[in-house]
Amino acid sequence: MSESFRLRAEEALLPSIVALLIALILGDVLILMFGESPAHVYSRMIEGAWGNPYGFAQVLYKTTTLTFAGLGIALALRAGLFNIGAEGQLAAGAFGAAIVGISLPAGTPGLVAVPLCLLGAAAGGLLTGGLPGVLKAKFGAHEVIVTIMLNFVVLALLNWLIVERLRTADTLHTPEINAGAVPRLSEFIPAFHGSAANVTFFFAIAAAIWCWWYLFRTPGGYALRATGLQPDAAEYSGIRVGRVWIKAMALGGMLAALGGTNFVLGYKHYYEDGFTGGSGFLAIAVAIVGRNHPFGVVIAAFFFATLSQGGLAIHALVPKQMVEVLQGIVILAMAAAVPEVQRALRSARKVVAA
Amino acid sequence: MRKLLITVAILLAVHTAFLVFSPRGTEAVADPDATRVGIVLDVGGRGDKSFNDGAYAGADSAMKRLGADIRFIEPGEGADREAGLRLLAAEGMDLIMGIGFIFTDDLIVLSREYPNSNFAGVDFSVGTDEAGNVIPPPPNVAALKFREEEGSFLVGALAALVGNSKRVGFIGGMDIPLIHKFEAGYRAGVKHVCPDCTVVAQYAGVTPEAFANPGRGKELALSQYQSGVNVIFHASGATGGGLFEAARATGKLAIGVDADQAAEAPGRVLTSMIKGVNAAVYDAVARVDGKTFKGGVYSFGLAEGGVGYVYDDNNRALIPDAVHRRVEQIKADIIAGRIKVPSTR
Repeated sequence: MSESFRLRAEEALLPSIVALLIALILGDVLILMFGESPAHVYSRMIEGAWGNPYGFAQVLYKTTTLTFAGLGIALALRAGLFNIGAEGQLAAGAFGAAIVGISLPAGTPGLVAVPLCLLGAAAGGLLTGGLPGVLKAKFGAHEVIVTIMLNFVVLALLNWLIVERLRTADTLHTPEINAGAVPRLSEFIPAFHGSAANVTFFFAIAAAIWCWWYLFRTPGGYALRATGLQPDAAEYSGIRVGRVWIKAMALGGMLAALGGTNFVLGYKHYYEDGFTGGSGFLAIAVAIVGRNHPFGVVIAAFFFATLSQGGLAIHALVPKQMVEVLQGIVILAMAAAVPEVQRALRSARKVVAA
Repeated sequence: MRKLLITVAILLAVHTAFLVFSPRGTEAVADPDATRVGIVLDVGGRGDKSFNDGAYAGADSAMKRLGADIRFIEPGEGADREAGLRLLAAEGMDLIMGIGFIFTDDLIVLSREYPNSNFAGVDFSVGTDEAGNVIPPPPNVAALKFREEEGSFLVGALAALVGNSKRVGFIGGMDIPLIHKFEAGYRAGVKHVCPDCTVVAQYAGVTPEAFANPGRGKELALSQYQSGVNVIFHASGATGGGLFEAARATGKLAIGVDADQAAEAPGRVLTSMIKGVNAAVYDAVARVDGKTFKGGVYSFGLAEGGVGYVYDDNNRALIPDAVHRRVEQIKADIIAGRIKVPSTR
């Protein structure tokens, strides 16, 4: 029993450690190429991300968006669908939340306003995620193409609305919301002062727990996973695959869209064009590195958030692009090296069992 | 299993070995009296050969001539802007700059929290209240504004006078009011010298990425050139790289922006609309260095030499003397207020 537990833990952790070490060593080489000392750069990075309360809170802020978007992608992947639309879904969600927040009268109590804003965000995700799901189920349109193209449609539409309809002076954002703002974490933990981290972080954790419960503890989740593993077999056993696809994409879109509330309800209190800055694409890596497991997604989101925040702190030493390269290497190492390592592990276990 | 553990051990050992390396030997000791400046760049980042590189060039000459100690940060997503400014403010920099209008809100927040630090924002967006009065920026914030429409007016006139076509082209980066200023001035300049000319104006996109997409820039430029346009002006950051490539390929003319871009397509760059970001950045650092820094709105136009167009050995052959005289006359008229240049489309 304890032996098998140890094996399972090793199987889950060792591949990630190997991938991380490979990435670190390649990072060492890169840093040396820039004429800096790896120890110095890495320690600055860790210090910038975890070494002070502000940096750590910023990591939590970034974790929130990435967790939501990563969950949205992971859920769809569990159903065998590749949702590349998280970037547009984040924006649509943020915009939906902002529109609801602006429409509400000032002074609306938070207990009413926040859920309404979350619903607004979810509605944005339902549209942008549900549509590719319906097209896939009804017409067989490939969800990768549809979600990629929908990103452009959504971002262009929102840009037009901001620039031509809602703009405030010569900036690129909507007016501030009247209600629905959630408190920042710094109100409870003064050391986090100035950081954008806010209560939506707990919403993200709750969303991860809900995802886990839904995927592994409900019939709907079972149908979703069965569809992802083998759609034909799922269909044969009585699961209506088309419906599962629509549901998975709609839910995934809604989850990703909720990530937009981190910025709108928790940080700036308005929707700003281009605030996502590629988080929706980074979230694909979060989902893959997190192995499409809700809790894995949270851990991976925290890891990538750390890289991003730590990357800011080392700007004076190495170019921004180096951090991006490092991120790329981690993703590659995790995605490519890991299955190999796992196969090796599986054969090792056979040897142990025999 | 053991194999994997050994792999981990080997990798760990290699990594640890690398950590011992320290190419610099000792840390460079900074001059404690030097003016310390922190600059957070716009999304386009270093290497756009216009806006951000202009800021970098200004800071670079401040480093060399004033001995200032300057640090740069390039943000990724939205929240990184404030994080970058905060990082610099927390280090007690003498001057903290945000390059781009998008920093406006972040600078206001930070300037209140650090009332003893100096801040400056290039293209800082100065708001107006309901009565239309200008709301001044906080007392420790210098808003460095440019009247891009004035310089664009001149290159518009130049494009129409030299182009030998009733169609002149414009390529914008992100479809936003700031870039519309360039287009508005350019259009007005074209119409001023050629009322029946049409301006073909296109934008590369609707996200900040539109300032870093040379592929799209080339596509737009080629289609405009094919439709009978002979001169294209771009206000699109690194996206303009594609325009210059198209100009080289077709032998038609391009107009650069922000900095002198003659080197991008030798012989094919009619002129460049100069936006003196480098001078404004240098100026701000010099004021802090000389302890004369004051907050407020600084507006740079033709009269202040903050914007202008390039006329030198590289492009003298492309611009007939009569045309040059005419454009100089228009410039004088704008400075004297005889020509009003619109800043909106």
